[in-house]
Amino acid sequence: MKVPAIDVGELGEAIRPEFVRQDYLEVRNLRVSFGGFVAVDGIDLTVVQGELRFLIGPNGAGKTTVVDALTGLVPATGDAAFGGVPLLGRKVHRIARAGVGRTFQTASVIEDLTVEQNLDLAAGAGRSPLSLLRARRRPPESVEQVLEGIGLADLRHRRAGILAHGQKQWLEIGMLLAQNSRLLLLDEPVAGMNAEERAQTGELLRRIAELRTVIVVEHDMEFLRAYADSVTVMHRGRILAEGSVAEVQADPEVIEVYLGHPAEEEAALIAAEQAAAYEQNPEENNA
Amino acid sequence: MNTFRSLWATTWFRLLVGLAIGIVVLFVLAPAGLSDFRLSLLARFLCVAMVAVGIGLAWGQGGMLVMGQGVFFGLGAYLMAMHLKLADAGPGGVPDFMLLYGTGELPVWWEPLRSPAVTVILIVALPALVAGVLGYLIFRRAVRGAYFAILSQALVAAFAILLIGQQQTTGGTNGLNGFRGFFGYDLNDPANQRMLYFIAAAVLVGMVLIVWQLRRSRFGELLVAVRDQENRTRFLGYNPALVKTVAYVIAAVFAAIGGALFVPIVGIISPADVGVVPSIAFLAGVAIGGRATLLGPVLGSIAVSAAGSGLSETFPAAWTYFQGAVFILVVGFLPGGLAELVGRVRRLPARRRLRPDPTTASTTGITSGIDAPGPDTERIHA
Repeated sequence: MKVPAIDVGELGEAIRPEFVRQDYLEVRNLRVSFGGFVAVDGIDLTVVQGELRFLIGPNGAGKTTVVDALTGLVPATGDAAFGGVPLLGRKVHRIARAGVGRTFQTASVIEDLTVEQNLDLAAGAGRSPLSLLRARRRPPESVEQVLEGIGLADLRHRRAGILAHGQKQWLEIGMLLAQNSRLLLLDEPVAGMNAEERAQTGELLRRIAELRTVIVVEHDMEFLRAYADSVTVMHRGRILAEGSVAEVQADPEVIEVYLGHPAEEEAALIAAEQAAAYEQNPEENNA
Repeated sequence: MNTFRSLWATTWFRLLVGLAIGIVVLFVLAPAGLSDFRLSLLARFLCVAMVAVGIGLAWGQGGMLVMGQGVFFGLGAYLMAMHLKLADAGPGGVPDFMLLYGTGELPVWWEPLRSPAVTVILIVALPALVAGVLGYLIFRRAVRGAYFAILSQALVAAFAILLIGQQQTTGGTNGLNGFRGFFGYDLNDPANQRMLYFIAAAVLVGMVLIVWQLRRSRFGELLVAVRDQENRTRFLGYNPALVKTVAYVIAAVFAAIGGALFVPIVGIISPADVGVVPSIAFLAGVAIGGRATLLGPVLGSIAVSAAGSGLSETFPAAWTYFQGAVFILVVGFLPGGLAELVGRVRRLPARRRLRPDPTTASTTGITSGIDAPGPDTERIHA
């Protein structure tokens, strides 16, 4: 299959952090429990810049909880640091300002604002209170570059609420770039996308991962095989396996976990069929 | 026609037109056409409209259902009333009601209000401080929606009870009244009453301009973002509690200034003017006019006040039912307020024009302009 590429040539400076350096995320013995239930049971994780890491596992494995813990949404114990800056125990917006960005399973763009306003907002967390009182004349250069990079430049004045599903997800990723996040935690970025949109997203993520640290939480195995540099498999709050796609696929424990859940396999099959139907006739599905 | 259309599309031009109309109506037509009594009544409505402008910002833009603006209206009003009572009593004097109900000694916390400058500063600073501290504590805990509404309402109920309970120092149920002067001007002189009207009108126009700027600023966009996606803005690195607190403080200061001007214009302030019922009435005008628009809150508030005063003169008993019915109808069928009706009417002919001819619709594709699979995605692949 021919993979259409997003024109990310102009992303250039936008995806380049201020200092080119070797950032990495280091997680040691991360534990999250809700009441008596242990959602994440002491995991270790190291992800370096330039690597597109996928985090997979059956439902309830604790993948999203890891992302929640790293971004300050749920309290956790253990150690987690990005670029030497400790993350645990800090407020959500402080962690965001330290360069950690995330997306959600359901696209959560600000629907009443335009595409450009969304990106401008994302780029502006460091603005002085006085500059906030002025009207926005033209967006900063970084916003322009991101608009081009995510392919939404023509839709810049459109309300984000009326974008198609895939475009909303790209806008979300674009907001992380505009925000200048150096660690991107993406929660199922291609869920609900058709094959073409998946391919575009995959290419986009590859480009982004060259200069930033990216972790993708994903269910879609085909997407994973096509784009992952490395994979971490979680099961019941623990890390089951870690390595390249081939290594993980050959791991007997991983096979056991995935084959041990026939219901999930079935669900995956149905999802694949739906995606195929969507691909054949996207116009009808979108109307 | 076309040049007018394109001019109309610029916010500056619309602002100038709106401003010109507003100034002509408020500063020329109303003073020329209304009796002194009616003009004074209008001045009173304008004071209430100031509260509405603030509610429009906090509720319409910021999504905070402020059901207790009576607290801030009351703070401004009582501060002003206390100063006027002290000024009437003269240097070293004690307000008349204290001699009647109390010990005849002035409480310590009344003393600073002898100074006009301190009074004016406090009218702005005290509500700002109260709203700032209270707002930040509430919003930091992510209290919102109905919980915030109930909290703000409980606050105003407590405030009214406190005022009633402290009869020796606040005048109790009777409130404070019988003011003779206003910063040295005789309040019984009709010319001075007209002057108060002009002050109120100018202050209201100023507040509308401030909100106009805030709405189009990045702060306005941020406020909408916090309203619709509070968590998302947090992950963008903003502190939503701070953003909401700023809007809440502005609304509180506007309400306090409205209250402070209400006192010399109406001549009385009592717990009945600041309690739960007036707090909801402030909100009703905003909801009916259209909370999310710039002028909806002002016009809605003035209309409700005017209708209330006009209809209660003719049908004293039926007015409350009428007000209730309008409120239910608007909230039920026009959630965006009467401003939504204006928008709908304006869009009607445009929609008819845009509706594609049924014979060509299938070939051009109605959705191509709105949704993804069309020229837009084509461009990305290229």
